[in-house]
Amino acid sequence: MKVLVPVKRVIDYNVKVRVKADGSGVDLANVKMSMNPFDEIAVEAAIRLKESGAASEIVVVSVGVKQAQETLRTALAMGADRAILVLAADDVHSDIEPLAVAKILAKVVADEAPGLVIAGKQAIDNDMNATGQMLAALLGWGQATFASDVAIADGKATVTREVDGGLQTISVALPAIITADLRLNEPRYASLPNIMKAKKKPLEEKTAADYGVDVTPRLSVVKTAEPAGRSAGIKVASVDELVAKLKDAGAI
Amino acid sequence: MAVLLIAEVTGADLALDATAKALSAAKAMGPVTVLVAGAGIAGAAAAAAALDGVTKVLAADDAAYAHGLAEPLADLVVGLAGGFSHIVAPSTASAKNALPRIAALLDVMVLSDVTGVVDADTFERPIYAGNAIQTVKSSDPVKVMTIRTASFEAAGADGSAPVEATASAGDKGLSAWVEDKVAASDRPELTSAKIVVSGGRGVGSEADFALIAGLADKLGAAVGASRAAVDSGFAPNDWQVGQTGKVVAPDLYIACGISGAIQHLAGMKDSKIIVAINKDEEAPIFQVADYGLVADLFDAVPALTQKI
Repeated sequence: MKVLVPVKRVIDYNVKVRVKADGSGVDLANVKMSMNPFDEIAVEAAIRLKESGAASEIVVVSVGVKQAQETLRTALAMGADRAILVLAADDVHSDIEPLAVAKILAKVVADEAPGLVIAGKQAIDNDMNATGQMLAALLGWGQATFASDVAIADGKATVTREVDGGLQTISVALPAIITADLRLNEPRYASLPNIMKAKKKPLEEKTAADYGVDVTPRLSVVKTAEPAGRSAGIKVASVDELVAKLKDAGAI
Repeated sequence: MAVLLIAEVTGADLALDATAKALSAAKAMGPVTVLVAGAGIAGAAAAAAALDGVTKVLAADDAAYAHGLAEPLADLVVGLAGGFSHIVAPSTASAKNALPRIAALLDVMVLSDVTGVVDADTFERPIYAGNAIQTVKSSDPVKVMTIRTASFEAAGADGSAPVEATASAGDKGLSAWVEDKVAASDRPELTSAKIVVSGGRGVGSEADFALIAGLADKLGAAVGASRAAVDSGFAPNDWQVGQTGKVVAPDLYIACGISGAIQHLAGMKDSKIIVAINKDEEAPIFQVADYGLVADLFDAVPALTQKI
């Protein structure tokens, strides 16, 4: 079974985010970029399926700017077999909306015919949490989002999902989409020999136009602003003082 | 302009707080029809009909909707979507699962975690773990969105809207429910509690989380946890507060042994009063705390539990 894993190049999660002065978005020029952490978990999940014999090939796909090939190389170094880069923007500041990404991925799926797609549950830049569900809709496939455990057997995936009250286990007929939550696994680091080997793995370049997908955004940004600040209050010296302050404030 | 609000249903019961808060946001967009989908949901539909400002309740009572599976719910909503300009739900795990699927089937974008309604086409939502707030205008004919409930007050319950049964759209069987593992608790629900007591990595073990729970129970509070505490196995996943967990805005938030990573702050910085107890006086949590106590939580939390 072939497994397809979409990955996104996003601001590194340790970088302090700065809003651009013109309010058009967040400043991404000369900022450290990395693979979206949830996508790393998705890549790791695919690799473990291959190691267990449940998967035979892992194809990673990224939709975005040219620089996303670095992100794909990271996934190849972790253990993916080959990569497809779909160029859909020139400027690092243009974020391709999940609907357009899902439409492109649906075309890639039609070409590649994977038995399973594993995606991260959300990207930590736009926090939309949508691409996997949208892809499932466009393909007419079942979906198992927010996965913390995945088992593949008999043409089905049994997936434990992180939901509001605790955990829910569902079974989805394959092919299907799974989206990875934080506790699905701990992604491995790519070793230096594997980073070198990844440079020789195939990376195919396509464009959104090749797939005939219009990536014009449906949402236009009116403005981007820093959230209302919250200033530090006071330090109290003891539990007694804390209790007194909370009583004065009517909090307890 | 007409709004279809998808009620949050837990088991067969209406999740009143989440639904009533999303209703407040929905009312700003037009007259609201509420869809209650589930199995054995007559009581939930009646509870939704009592919410202030509801025009009509549609009740879809069918086993296909019993466990909140996204595929049958999406088919149901898409079948009902004609005539609605907005399709809205509270930002719960089940709505975050289903709404993007609905949006894609309608060939429109989804807006996740809306925190403000500027006008019928323009909305505010947090991006980058709440480090920026973006105002976006939608050009789609139907606006599909989830509402961050912590940003809206709950609508009242003095209404009396008519309830109408709506036909099931069936189940194509793409996915099937196996089991739920939901811990029964007498504590208030995390996202609607007036007080939340949270523990972080500093709590050190699952057994020591009893200290956090003890303080919470004394205050009638919900228990929360940082991602570090959940990843370490000290606390269950549904206690996680933060960018990828739950977003809370209680009257009082007490953070114990939590350093205050931005991903955690994203989930609690709109709380009215924040208390931080941490032995590291450099911890970033103190930069957002109204009252900071530099102390070992193993001394301070039991003392606090005793004194309040």
